[in-house]
Amino acid sequence: MPLAGFVILGLFGRKYFKNFSGIIGTGLLLVSAALALYTAYQYFFVNGKVDGAYPSVTAVKYTWLSFSEKVSIDMGIILDPISAMMLVVVTFVSLMVHIFSLGYMKGEERFATYYAFLGLFTFSMLGLVISANLFQTYIFWELVGVSSYLLIGYYYDKPSAVAASKKAFIVTRFADLGFLIGILILAFYGETLDFNTLIQRLTEHQSSQSIAITTASFAGVTALTWGLVLVFIGGAGKSAMFPLHIWLPDAMEGPTPVSALIHAATMVVAGVYLVARLFPLFTLTQAALGIVTFVGLISAFLAAIIACTQTDIKRVLAYSTMSQIGYMMFALGVSGYNGEAGLGYTASLFHLFTHAFFKSLLFLGAGAVIHLIHSNEMKDMGGLRKYMPITHITFLVACLAIAGIPPFAGFFSKEEILLAAFNSNKIVYGIALFTSGLTAFYMFRLYFSIFWRAAGPSPLERGWGEVFHGEGTFSMKLPLVILGACTIVAGLIPFGEYVSANSKPLASHVDPVFSIAPVALALAGILLAMWMYKKESSRPQQVSAALGGLYKTAYRKFYIDEIYLFVTKKIIFNLIGRPAAWIDRNIVDGLMNGIAAVTAGISSLIKGIQSGKVQSYALYFFGGIIALAIIFLYLWK
Amino acid sequence: MLNDFLILMKQELGVTLLIFILLFIKLAKKEWKNETVLGLVNILLFVNLAAGFFFIHKGTLFGDMFRTSELLSFEKNILNLGTLIISLQSYSWLKQHKHVPEFYMLMLSTLLGMFFMISSSNLLMFYLGLELSSIPLAAMANFDLDKKRSSEAAMKFIMSSAFSSGLLLFGISMLYGATGTLSFSEISWQLTTLSSLQVFAFILLIAGFGFKISAVPFHLWTADVYEGSPVAVTSYLSVISKGAILFVLVSVLYNVFQPLDSAWYKMLFLVSVLTMIIGNLFALRQQNMKRFLAFSSISQVGFILIGITGESIQGSASVIYFVMIYVFSNLAAFGVISLVSAATGRENVDDYKGFYKTNPVLSWALTIGLFSLAGIPPTAGFFGKFFLLLAGAGKGNYWLITIAALNMVVSLYYYLRIVKAIFMEANDTPIENVKISFAPKIAMLICVGGIIITGFASGAYKYIYSLF
Repeated sequence: MPLAGFVILGLFGRKYFKNFSGIIGTGLLLVSAALALYTAYQYFFVNGKVDGAYPSVTAVKYTWLSFSEKVSIDMGIILDPISAMMLVVVTFVSLMVHIFSLGYMKGEERFATYYAFLGLFTFSMLGLVISANLFQTYIFWELVGVSSYLLIGYYYDKPSAVAASKKAFIVTRFADLGFLIGILILAFYGETLDFNTLIQRLTEHQSSQSIAITTASFAGVTALTWGLVLVFIGGAGKSAMFPLHIWLPDAMEGPTPVSALIHAATMVVAGVYLVARLFPLFTLTQAALGIVTFVGLISAFLAAIIACTQTDIKRVLAYSTMSQIGYMMFALGVSGYNGEAGLGYTASLFHLFTHAFFKSLLFLGAGAVIHLIHSNEMKDMGGLRKYMPITHITFLVACLAIAGIPPFAGFFSKEEILLAAFNSNKIVYGIALFTSGLTAFYMFRLYFSIFWRAAGPSPLERGWGEVFHGEGTFSMKLPLVILGACTIVAGLIPFGEYVSANSKPLASHVDPVFSIAPVALALAGILLAMWMYKKESSRPQQVSAALGGLYKTAYRKFYIDEIYLFVTKKIIFNLIGRPAAWIDRNIVDGLMNGIAAVTAGISSLIKGIQSGKVQSYALYFFGGIIALAIIFLYLWK
Repeated sequence: MLNDFLILMKQELGVTLLIFILLFIKLAKKEWKNETVLGLVNILLFVNLAAGFFFIHKGTLFGDMFRTSELLSFEKNILNLGTLIISLQSYSWLKQHKHVPEFYMLMLSTLLGMFFMISSSNLLMFYLGLELSSIPLAAMANFDLDKKRSSEAAMKFIMSSAFSSGLLLFGISMLYGATGTLSFSEISWQLTTLSSLQVFAFILLIAGFGFKISAVPFHLWTADVYEGSPVAVTSYLSVISKGAILFVLVSVLYNVFQPLDSAWYKMLFLVSVLTMIIGNLFALRQQNMKRFLAFSSISQVGFILIGITGESIQGSASVIYFVMIYVFSNLAAFGVISLVSAATGRENVDDYKGFYKTNPVLSWALTIGLFSLAGIPPTAGFFGKFFLLLAGAGKGNYWLITIAALNMVVSLYYYLRIVKAIFMEANDTPIENVKISFAPKIAMLICVGGIIITGFASGAYKYIYSLF
């Protein structure tokens, strides 16, 4: 294993030399993906289990600095099932995005810069994944934030892109604060920053650290809970959990492949990864786990509803991502530590794994569509299946996967999550089930709107003429096909065998009977979407067909459609979707804007004190002394 | 005895020697060329800095008036280094100036004052050092002789300074009344009970310190003085002068006022919160780069105070570590601004739009400096801030840490605003390419190198920690 660690380090050295163009960048990433796969292979199959559990190996450890006698800061590389899995996911998706971008970003002025940013991002993400201690995690965490800021704001001459990148950065920074304070609390009581040591010390019942952290309390809550909740806030910011999710939809301003990388597979799941990393600690306190469950569930549900009302395809995908991550979060929240109870943990990471494939596939597919149409709006699309068959098929596969239709990847992971929820809390299960139906509905709404509906104007009519470039280059199609294939087979991996809360194999239990309800619900959602969006699109043809005598039927159908539209759009969407969007826009956004406004206001207020007169300065000086004297002599002794 | 005197006071003697050399240069019949003087002074400053690292001994002199140790020598070395950097950076500004030897004489006098202050173990000695370090500063602030603003800054500084010194003296006399002694070690023996007289005397002392490090509410002179003074003086004031006072503050609070710790802990808490918040709020609005850095340095002081509240060895070690990093980062930023200001006279944030297109090297130096000030990993500033917070967290006061962390976000916003202007915004009339001469180039290298090396190598902190 030290060998594998060394290999990874070599990879970093390589990556530090900025990848100056697409080919180099892609080539380098190909190497790193191969190395990651090799590492994972080594880890899971060659080194194998020790005492029936996969060991957590710290491959490299170097004491960077000892802060005091007790706390020292190390730099290290950790390898355990989840980091091995994340290594594979991150390098693989990143590789796909690199290849895809070769076609997508062709002709961009700052092509090389783009690849350099991608390289930086991938590097920081890998660093985050293999960090052996909280401090190192925090450093890479911030680096991930900075590089995603650069990538979202890539089109820096577009004001909306700049604003979006700023928003993403500021919101996640706020969350990072929580993370930082959480780290300080855990480090202070645990007297270490190292993951393994920290977990070992705090889970041991009689250790002095564990006693200290559970007895110390602040505002009636133990320090342990505080620390974990604060760390979770950091994770929630990165993972776009309610109410810190507002940056995610706006972040869609970045280039689409970037969205596929950052907002589908890697950065947004960092929060899940973090919670999973500290999971043994989370199981110690029910309150923290409860918050994780609750926040995850709300996010999953709210985002699914909002996704139904969006017309910008990338935004639909963004909300869908948020919803799926919500799934992962609450799956962690309902999980226990040992054996059967640990199903949620496995399920969550399994979903993370499969989601990475199908969501990046969806984003890349959307990227291909946008590349063709030059618009993000659904209304500009329709009938595209003829023009882009490969995109169409792969997109369909991804949609089926996310909807949870067997045998696609999403089915298996989602079933496990639902099962975990079912075992732990029926209400959570109910909401999750309903959300899963919604997921199927909005994904297929998207699918039908893009690829079916009206045939749409022919390429010539759209004015593409000579510049019509079909589906895009080979480099754009290849990743779609590869990801499509992965989406089909990824679910068949016996994931519980490798990743589980206590590192011991956990057999998957997908009971066919249990699956009936979710799958039926998903199918219902799909049919509903099909009925609404596929048929609606055939309206124009039917109107013309009506001239041939079928007018009445067509009219009736049209009428039913109208009712349906009325019910869904006017009532359901207005009553639920709009308020949800409104809360999102006005309250949560408003709060952020409000903070900025108040700060500016106070700032201009106190400017008056700065008058430039020395006399008044002396007066304030003296006033300060008097105030301090009064406070400390009389009030606050 | 003489040997002791020579060895223990060698850093002070070095500076004094430099002052005398400059005096003779000034008095010489033949007028020296500016380039020659500057070259000589910079070399001497370097020798002086290098000499500080050898023959370090511990001991006291003059009947316990003066003391020194490895730690104190190290602190003085940091100040020496900072002075050298500033001197190198102001090369192009001083080259055109008529009174170069005077400038250095004043600057070195204040440095000497700071050394005495750091080494003092008696309130009287401390007060003398403090005055020696502040009166020449007023003259330095006036050094843009043909500018009215500069004289205004000097007047404001000397008047505010006199006012604060008066109150400080009042505090010292009260303390003398309460304890009957001026010696640090005896004071800490005598301070056993928390009487009102002692607390009030202590408040006056804190106010005097607060004035120097421009902690809120004693900071009001800062903005005008910083803006009016030449850039070299502003950076000297906000880095060296503050650093020296902070060193003294840590040692005085930890050693002398240890018995009053419950009182000063609360006081620092309050002052630190106010300082961070108000410094940040002012910094947000500034359009002038110099003023902006000045205010942001106020909020940095608020951070340092958090580390001091930790009341542990980690506390003082992280304060000294941070001040060292702060010297590098702030001077990197000030250095670029001073170069640009000397070459083009432009100092506004808007002027820096599109700076990267014309001055890529300076842009990177400025960016690294700002990143370090903002505390973005992996620059040294991040580690510095992290250690301060960690030390502060040792007391378990999470309110303070939360407020500090919030302020970090705000400060991040305004530091990044400038980075954004440099790299991302277009400008029709960008600052033209500034030629960097040899001396400032070295200064830049030291600063940027310092930021990066202290960020990656951990030796510095370990060394400081081992000195306690």
